[in-house]
Amino acid sequence: MELLLYDAFNGLIVGMFYALMALGLSMILTLNSVVNMAHGGFLILGAYLAFTLEPYLGFWGALVAGPVIAMVFGLIVERVLIRPIYKREDPVYSLLLTFGLALIMQDVARTIWGPAGLPFAIPDALNSPLSSSFFFLTGYRAVVVAIAFFAVVGLMLVMRYTRIGIRIRAGIRDLETVSGLGVNIYVLRAVNFGAGCLLAGLAGVLAAGQLGLTPTMGDSLIMPSFVAIIVGGVGSFLGSVLGGLLIGVAAGVMTTYYPAASDAVIYGIMALVLIVRPRGLMGQEGMFE
Amino acid sequence: MTIQDNFSKKVSRRTVLKAAATAGALQLVPPFIIKARGETPIKIGMVDPITGTYAALGTSEINGAKLALNQINHKGGILGRPVELVVEDSAANPGLSVQKAHKLIEKDGCSMLMGSVSSGVSLAVSPVAKEKGVVYMDTGGHIDAVTGKDCHWTTFRICTTTWMLAAGNAKTIADKFGKKWYFITPDYAYGHGLQADYAKLLESFGGTVMGNALSPLGTTDFSSYLIKAEQAKPDVLMILTGGNDTVNCLKQAVQFGLQHKMTISGSLQEMENLVALPPAALMGWWVFEWYWDQPGVPHVKQFVHEYRKLDRRKFNYPTARSWFGYAGMHSLAMAANNAKSVDAVKVARALEGMELPPEIALQPKKVFFRAGDHQLMSSEYPGYIPKHPSYPHMYKYVDVIEGDKIALPVSETGCKLDYPA
Amino acid sequence: MNSRYVRLGVLWLLLLTVPWWLPLVGGYTQLGTRVLVYALAAMGLNLLLGFTGGLSFGHAAYYGLGAYGVGLTLKYLAPSTPLALVVGTLVGGVAATLLGPTLMRRRGVYFAMITLAFGQLFYFIVVRWNNVTGGEDGLTGFVRQPLHFGHHVLPLHDVAFYYLVLFCFALATAIMGILLRSPLGHTWVAIRENRRRAQFLGIPVERYVWASFAISGFVTALAGGLNAMLNNFTSPLDLYWVLSGDFVIIAVLGGMRSFWGPLVGAIIYLYAQDYLSSLTDNWQSFIGLIFILVVLLFPRGMLGMLRMKARSA
Repeated sequence: MELLLYDAFNGLIVGMFYALMALGLSMILTLNSVVNMAHGGFLILGAYLAFTLEPYLGFWGALVAGPVIAMVFGLIVERVLIRPIYKREDPVYSLLLTFGLALIMQDVARTIWGPAGLPFAIPDALNSPLSSSFFFLTGYRAVVVAIAFFAVVGLMLVMRYTRIGIRIRAGIRDLETVSGLGVNIYVLRAVNFGAGCLLAGLAGVLAAGQLGLTPTMGDSLIMPSFVAIIVGGVGSFLGSVLGGLLIGVAAGVMTTYYPAASDAVIYGIMALVLIVRPRGLMGQEGMFE
Repeated sequence: MTIQDNFSKKVSRRTVLKAAATAGALQLVPPFIIKARGETPIKIGMVDPITGTYAALGTSEINGAKLALNQINHKGGILGRPVELVVEDSAANPGLSVQKAHKLIEKDGCSMLMGSVSSGVSLAVSPVAKEKGVVYMDTGGHIDAVTGKDCHWTTFRICTTTWMLAAGNAKTIADKFGKKWYFITPDYAYGHGLQADYAKLLESFGGTVMGNALSPLGTTDFSSYLIKAEQAKPDVLMILTGGNDTVNCLKQAVQFGLQHKMTISGSLQEMENLVALPPAALMGWWVFEWYWDQPGVPHVKQFVHEYRKLDRRKFNYPTARSWFGYAGMHSLAMAANNAKSVDAVKVARALEGMELPPEIALQPKKVFFRAGDHQLMSSEYPGYIPKHPSYPHMYKYVDVIEGDKIALPVSETGCKLDYPA
Repeated sequence: MNSRYVRLGVLWLLLLTVPWWLPLVGGYTQLGTRVLVYALAAMGLNLLLGFTGGLSFGHAAYYGLGAYGVGLTLKYLAPSTPLALVVGTLVGGVAATLLGPTLMRRRGVYFAMITLAFGQLFYFIVVRWNNVTGGEDGLTGFVRQPLHFGHHVLPLHDVAFYYLVLFCFALATAIMGILLRSPLGHTWVAIRENRRRAQFLGIPVERYVWASFAISGFVTALAGGLNAMLNNFTSPLDLYWVLSGDFVIIAVLGGMRSFWGPLVGAIIYLYAQDYLSSLTDNWQSFIGLIFILVVLLFPRGMLGMLRMKARSA
């Protein structure tokens, strides 16, 4: 019983990661209509940049700088590579483009920083458990959950109350009309893409403190993020977040009973959701139907 | 999709097309390499990961092989002919490695094969070598079966078997730290085999296996396995994973403070992993297959010196992997020269029983290829990571255990060599 | 009309004589066989992608299921090549047929995501079920068996196997060609061009898309099975999403609106991959670059471009 509780709680922590990734992916998916296969690439970009800058800026400085630079890179990518293909109707092109980009980003990271894992150091104060019984809740993981939580809440507030947030949400519903109303949708899409990459970079830096920093670390995080979006429902940011938490907990609970199935179970949940409630837990009718 | 798109891009695309077509045409022309003088070279093919999870280990093996190659060619090559090393990236992907093995033999005309970091690749390439009648020197795939129940007359192995790894430090750990062990095992053949070997040895000392958590290869978050381990309250936590998995597991184990509750230990450890660990996570008792700092053993210092001239990475002291590549290449050349032929059967016969001279063995004990299963009897170096290590002094070994003494006898390995009639 | 038959004739002549001319241009028979296998897989996918307009980014699942079907049959059931191929094709094809309705609940980009995720489901099942499948290390211990024609036994070494693959390729392409020329095929194209209009015309669109999905699954599974026999080996990477991406790029690179496009794409892509990976450590970046260049500059693919040039001339 205790083990189950521990695993569930642990799964919740892991789920926050998925939620963070899924949120960024969801933003890009709904407004830019692009499946960003390169999301993992922006994740490692943020992580590696943070690693390189850490000696100069310290952990917290790097935590800010890494994602910001990843965002800037995202803005460049959006302008140069993605904007030309918005007018293509067939979604295969954006998918192939971001897929190719993902391959390049991973390879470049390997070339610049080497294939071996790099030791990304976190502040010593965070490097130990907060309590002996909940030993898996280290200071660092608590900080990760807190940052992820604030990032998500912050984004929700931006979406709700700022002008650009409202415009993005409107654009998701009907981009043409928004454009017709005089909003510069080029800027809107760029900002949205950049924000998605910012979240990916942030997830990367946070992950690097806990996992080995390698060029392939993005791969294992991107798939669960897709599942989180499908489970939570496309078009709903809150859905993506809840989807991430749900699959994190599910995978965690699975390790109590049948660890071999712990990564397959998230796809099982996805299959179930698609059969029973295809639009996802909080998805909206009419999205991509 | 509008027609405008395509026409507006016409000019730039045409130029790109023309350039690509020219480049492409040039590649289709068979390369007429003019050999100035000398014989046609002997080609040795190497399949190793240059990209992917095991890239650091693969690069070390390749560099070791290259150093050996230079030395061999300096001394006249094989049978007076220059030797070429043709390297193909396996990305530790067995399917891809099979294709590359075919390519090396059929297209590049390699007369011998070597390589692999991962057991999966070794198991996949070994039958290809047999099918094509080419000697294959498994440099770094540890699983017992390669020189055990899946052995072939064409396959030889440099690195030790999983049994030898387990026998290398099981007694040391049991005696020092206790006999109740909890395993974190990577969920594939190598992991299963290694854990089974340890379990057998542990039970023979009167110890108990408190539990065994199977972690999928490439697991990044070990928290659930570490939680299970903590709940079982063992004396020793045995981390049997490799590569990045070990880095992640150790990092998290230390973050959870588990080192205060039990001894953290494991099996095979490699320098390439240690440099990826933050200082707090550098700890534990492990076993190395070779180490660069062997005071009193001749030729080692020279090897380290030569190797560091060739490997230009940031962390460039030779590792066990470097030695695998080095010894592997030298073994093939020596055998071919001894046999006075590159015919596979003759080379295989020459390798059987062949002892490595000190400047290649680079170890204090006797190192030779066992005839019955083609396994190199090299030593294990059980030891520990000292407090506050700094590169390159990351490890201290407490013993050098002769391979021949701890390996399973040939009769128990299940190997039946299948020489052609 | 005539020129089309001439071109087809030349194509088949070239395919029939591959073992002779391929080594002369820096290739080797196994590479040629691989090209056919990938071309077949991509052509199967293209029934759905290029002709019906369904973006599946998870077709490697059926390819891999076909491969494991073949491997497991040869290993545990019976040492018979034809039986193994039939089983493999059925396993992958039936999986695609059964999954179709669930996957088709969404369109466009969302459909792609779902196929991607389902592909990964199969991948993880195969990886984790390692008692049966060999898990991460792949499935070994099976070998393609010689064919028995009455008393005559034909061992399937490299060149002979190439012709077996070519035979299967010919059979599959003949069937696909007939289908595409039939009312079924025309309906698919209509659905691709304008799904809503097709619906208004009373066409049961869902059923047609399902048929396309299912048939493409069978073809791709056959390709996977042949690949398993080519290497006498298969591994979970034959189900991985990156391979699905490879199939899509091959179809697009060659021209997804044309029947033979995927064959052209397979030739270019596999040759590039083979050549680049021997040339440089950064071959992956170049592959990624191919993806990007195709999308930005050659969206119609090679054959698509040639067709437009012919039209504008």
